[in-house]
Formats: sequence, C-alpha cells, structure tokens
Amino acid sequence: MPHNTVAVVGAAETTRLGVIPELSQIGLHADAALNAMAECGLKPKDIDGIATANETPVQLAHYLGITPTWVDGTSVGGCSFMIHVRHAAAAIEAGLAKTILITHGESGKSRVGNPPRSVHPQSLNGQFEQPFGPMGPPSMFTIPVLRYMKTYGVTEEQIAQVAVVQREWASKNPRATFRNLITTDDVLNSRMIAYPFRLLMCCLVTDGGGALILTSAERTKDFPTKPVYILGTGESAETPMVSQMEDFTTSRAFRVAGPTAFKEAGITHKDVDHLMIYDAFAHLPIYGLEDLGFLPRGEAAGFIAGRNTAPGGSLPLNTNGGGLSYMHSGMYGMYALQESVRQMRGIAPAQIPGAKISVCHGVGGMFAASGTIIFSNQAP
Amino acid sequence: MATPGRALPQPTPETQHFWDGTKANELLLQRCDECAKVYFPPRPFCPVCASRKVSVTKASGKAKLYSYVIHHRPVPGFTPPYAIAVVELDEGPRMMTNIVECPQTPEALVLDMPVEVVFEAQNDSITLPLFRPAKG
Repeated sequence: MPHNTVAVVGAAETTRLGVIPELSQIGLHADAALNAMAECGLKPKDIDGIATANETPVQLAHYLGITPTWVDGTSVGGCSFMIHVRHAAAAIEAGLAKTILITHGESGKSRVGNPPRSVHPQSLNGQFEQPFGPMGPPSMFTIPVLRYMKTYGVTEEQIAQVAVVQREWASKNPRATFRNLITTDDVLNSRMIAYPFRLLMCCLVTDGGGALILTSAERTKDFPTKPVYILGTGESAETPMVSQMEDFTTSRAFRVAGPTAFKEAGITHKDVDHLMIYDAFAHLPIYGLEDLGFLPRGEAAGFIAGRNTAPGGSLPLNTNGGGLSYMHSGMYGMYALQESVRQMRGIAPAQIPGAKISVCHGVGGMFAASGTIIFSNQAP
Repeated sequence: MATPGRALPQPTPETQHFWDGTKANELLLQRCDECAKVYFPPRPFCPVCASRKVSVTKASGKAKLYSYVIHHRPVPGFTPPYAIAVVELDEGPRMMTNIVECPQTPEALVLDMPVEVVFEAQNDSITLPLFRPAKG
C-alpha cells in the first residue's frame, strides 16, 4: 500500500469516560461517532464506509443513518480497530469508499446493552481450556508470564514498575480514571488476582467509546482538523487458546503485525517519537517492546524499570496512562489509537513536544490477534 | 475428588475420540502419517502439512510444568487459590490443565518439574486429564 495517502480527519472519544450507565453499548458507539463527525463537520450522508466490532456494522449503519458502500465487521478483540484502520486505508486506496467511520463503544462497567460473554462448551476453548477454571482475561492472559520471567530472570518488582510508570503518565491526564501516583510497594501489596498478577497490574473496567474518520490525504484540506497520516499498517492472528501459543515468551501475532507496519512505513525504530502498546495487563508493554523490535529479548522489563518509557524518557510509552490507569472498556485498542492521534495533532494532555511519528500496537483476545498502525503528522 | 460445578466440555465429532480416551484413562494425541507431526487439540487433519492422513496415538502421560497462574477469585467448581496450568507433554504438544496432589503455591509449583497425567471422572461421559507431580 502506498504511504501517506490516507489520513485521519476525525477522532473523538465519548463525551465522558468511566461509569456511563445512561448509555447502552450502541449508544456509546453513537456518542463517539457523533463527536467525531461534529469535529470534522460531517453528516451521516457524507460517510460511505463503516467498520466496527462488538456491534455489527449493519447495526451501526442503521443506527447512525449511514448508507455504506463498504462495511467491515472484523471482530478479533481489542485490536480490531487497528485492523479496521488498516482495512479502511486499503479500501480508500482501492476506491471502495471515500470517507470511512470506525466506531467503538463498550459498556464494560455498567454492562448496559452488552451481549453476555460466554464460551461455548463445544468450542475448542470450551473443551480444552474452560474446564480447568479460567475466568476471563485476568486468569488467561497472564498464564504465559511465569515462563517469560523464568526465561529472562524478570522479577515481580519489574512487572510492577510498568504500572508505576504508566500511573505517572495518567497523573498528567485529567480524563484518566486513576491519577494518584503509586509506588512499586503499592502494586506488590495490592490484592492478588492470579499469581503473579496483582490488582494494580490489571487493567481497569470502565464504560466508553471512540470513533475515527478516515479519508484520502488529498481531501484533508477540506476538513477543519489537523490531518494525521497513516504511514504503515500490519495485522496478524495466532490462536484463540492462550495455551496453544507457539512460544510463551513472545507473541507470533505481534512479530508479524509490527514488522509489517514498520516495513510499510519505511521507518526504523529510531524514527519513533511516541509509542502506544495495548496494556490490558502489565506484561504486554514488555512483550510489545521486544516483539516490535525496539529491544532485544529479555531487556524490556529492565528498560521500563529504568524509566526509559516514563515522562522525560527516550521512548514515551502509553502516554494517556494506558489500560492500567486511563480507561479500559474491554476492547481498549480504540483508546490507544485516539492517544496516538492526539499526540500527532499536538493536543495530548501529556504532549510529547515535536513528536512526528507515533506507533500504535494492539492485541486482540489473549495474544490471539494483533494490529499495528504507524501515524505521522507530516504531510506527504 | 470430583469437583461438581466446573464448566465441562461437550465433545464434537472431531474431538469425540479424545474424550472417549480420557474416559478409558488414556491420553490420546494425533500424529500426521505424512510429516509425523504430533499435535493437539484434536482435528482430522495435520495443522502443519494439511494432510488428512492422521492417526490417533496414545501419549505417555509424562509432561513438565510449563507455566501457570494461581487464581484467587471464585469460579464454580473450584476453591481458590488454585493453579490453572499449562503442561508440555513429552510428545511435544502443550495443554491446559490443573495440578493436583500438590499445594497450590509458587513454592510447590516449580516450572519444569515433571508431572504425570491422572484422570478425574466428572460424570458418566466426561473425564478430565489432570496432572500431578511425577512419582519417583
């Protein structure tokens, strides 16, 4: 795909984040979509492509009054929105649509209008994992980590540092759910959830949504917003069963999606000014830094504990506070994308001065899938 | 030590042989007749070379503890804290399981320790493969 030919011209979250019992899940999608459309002056008739996850694109098109010529219902977990951006960029390139809306909404906390989560007992997960007592991501996503820790000599203190550093970023963000600074001891003394993971190593559970609007770079002059260009994209999938990952110390889906995006963008790691790595749990930035090639194997935990990703560090990471402190509705990828766009627009609460390139990396399921988007604010 | 209340599998045509095996106290894997890959979970073709010529093979039941968490939240059929583990079978494949006949503590659950399969009947049709520290 050619680079720099598609741009984000609309990006907004729901009016509020956190606990929003007055909106159902589809209402959260719509609130974010209306905010993004208003920001760039679009009406439903102006949008001809729609992508979403959790809800179907059919439901969103109808609810918002859109008549699409292109729909994408890719739903592979929290990185679905990265993959939507990738597919949307390709669709715009191919002329399948001109103006594409990507929406996310999730009543993760209040659970209004959410389909119930269940694992079918005839599925492979239902037959070969569920009988052994996992209950959702805190007891599943975390299973590979003891193997990683043994392989590379990583400590619980180092994993706790991920949460400490991200809280520093959250403390700068008025919209972050948790803003009080915490210490390593606070993390290590918080309630045990699934050894070695304690409460403060796990993401929040909140309500919210977000929406993006993409169009061709040549049309960006028609919009009032500062365009954010898409330099490179990648996606992949590995397994729906965390027990069946090829290697518990690295994600194959990350190792495919990340380098694909870097190659497409034609950049090196030294070019990256800002980085988002989907952090449902504290080990994910560690896996992401290594699998995206920022660091050699086994070095990411020490890199984070050494404050290299903290405010003032060389590689600002998860500058909104991340899923650990900002918000996490369940499919967090949209919020990581929103923060990358804010950084590229120069309007983030914890703005990185002069940042020109932002890498946004997402995970879906429990290391099941992955999507990577590389943004730039530099015109083609 | 039956644990009523836990989620139980419902076999499909492609997996029925595995659950028939556990009921007969045998841990059954599959091996590709063409490329010799031994694989799990069950499916009627080889995930490496796509051959449909595959055979069912009985595993030794010997494995090592590969990774785990110790879950501290309540789940039907379990008394927290309990370990949700992944073992690596001597034949190569890994599978999720529980470790029984062993304290559910980091001190007792040491990565790479040898474990062996035990079969725990849940009802008349479903028997689960669990693992315990290897004897001797």
